[in-house]
Amino acid sequence: MNALEVRDLSFAYGARQALHEVSFSLAPGGFAALLGPNGAGKSTLIALLTRLYDLQSGDIRVGGHSLRDAPRAALTQLGVVFQQSTLDLDLSVEQNLRYHAALHGLSRRQTDLRVAAELARQALTERRREKVRELNGGHRRRVEIARALLHEPRLLLLDEASVGLDPASRLALNQHVRRLCLEQGISVLWTTHLLDEVQPDDALMILHQGRLVASGQVDALIQAQGGDLGSVFARLTRPAPTGAVA
Amino acid sequence: MNAYWQCLRGIVLREWLRFVLQRTRFLSALVRPLLWLLVFAAGFRAALGISVIEPYDTYIPYEVYIIPGLACMILLFNGMQGSLSMVYDREMGSMRVLLTSPLPRTFLLCSKLLATALISLLQVYGFLAIAWVYGVQPPAMGLLIALPALLLVALMLSALGLLLSNAIRQLENFAGVMNFVIFPLFFLSSALYPLWKMRDSSEWLYWLCAINPFTHAVELVRFALYERFAGLALAVCLGLTVLFAVLAVLTFNPQHAALRKKG
Repeated sequence: MNALEVRDLSFAYGARQALHEVSFSLAPGGFAALLGPNGAGKSTLIALLTRLYDLQSGDIRVGGHSLRDAPRAALTQLGVVFQQSTLDLDLSVEQNLRYHAALHGLSRRQTDLRVAAELARQALTERRREKVRELNGGHRRRVEIARALLHEPRLLLLDEASVGLDPASRLALNQHVRRLCLEQGISVLWTTHLLDEVQPDDALMILHQGRLVASGQVDALIQAQGGDLGSVFARLTRPAPTGAVA
Repeated sequence: MNAYWQCLRGIVLREWLRFVLQRTRFLSALVRPLLWLLVFAAGFRAALGISVIEPYDTYIPYEVYIIPGLACMILLFNGMQGSLSMVYDREMGSMRVLLTSPLPRTFLLCSKLLATALISLLQVYGFLAIAWVYGVQPPAMGLLIALPALLLVALMLSALGLLLSNAIRQLENFAGVMNFVIFPLFFLSSALYPLWKMRDSSEWLYWLCAINPFTHAVELVRFALYERFAGLALAVCLGLTVLFAVLAVLTFNPQHAALRKKG
């Protein structure tokens, strides 16, 4: 069963079509990158995946559960790190995590166990009583990842999670998430507009003007299109609309 | 069921922690009603004599009269401010986190409204404590009886705030809410003057005040504070709370806010 399946997803802001029949799937335990220039429709897709917006047409299935028909089961399988920090800055690391555990209905005992486990995994145990405001950008992101994994989702969604980080923290975060993917067997959907965050054996989707213009393994795409990832991306996301490849 | 309880507990606890950590927010919420009580009421004391009216047993100074109205004013400001921030940018981040909870959106929104209302009650009782020291001392039992009345009013006003924020495009900032919602609701009510005084001035203004939900909120609290039962006010507040909450939940949709921005 796929960790994520997006089927014929379309969405419009009034007369402006933001997504046109986007379809793709994500295998369990895989790392997939979603690339797209600004305005490609990534934010709209994330808003739909996280239930911020209601589906207009098409469907999204997380771990086999439809977001339309069984939102509770679907959201239980989903962990999210948003582009902009959504932590309470004046609350401690642990208080932020406990709030999230409560939102997922975890019991006190489960919460104690899960918070301790995720803090340890993110090497944040020592800092659990510190206010989030006192942490640097890289550590805040780690808190958000710990939070997103508290309820043990099968799919982790990171929306431009490396924005605002210095190059070293950006690389560390990327490697950290890949390790999680390998060690925990969770699937990761990583949206970005930075090509150096993508590796040759990653699954890749390229979104442009609301359409999925490419989908497949990075190596295979480069082989099929010629050049390197940069030139493939530039070709597929030229201002004039291109036909869907996937 | 346990998941719902844990979730509600977590939402209330978060509001409590934010409240405790942001003491300036608490203090600034008290400044407004205290100015009315200590300055406005002192100035108008001579001009606005209050005759014996229900629920009071005797002549009362003006400060005593306006206490329920000022308590409700705290709830009005907090309700509007809290609800507006649920819809617009400032708290959009935390709303996104809230909405990733697998529990039903209706439950999440109602929990959030309840949490905001409970924190507002702390501010109201902080204000009542200062008023007590100042010399306005309702019966101790009245302060206890007023608790559910104040909670109901807080919920009604928060739900109204959320409904208005969902529905009206012009209410994108707090200045708009002040001018078009808070001031009309507050001044066209029995918060600052008994309605018979208004009737002396203008019949149609009197009727506007009489049908204003905020008048019923103030009267419910006023009667409760003096251990009296206000059946009509309770029925109006209960009915409107349910109506506003249902409509607010039905019309809550963050994509409407996004559409407004993009449009």
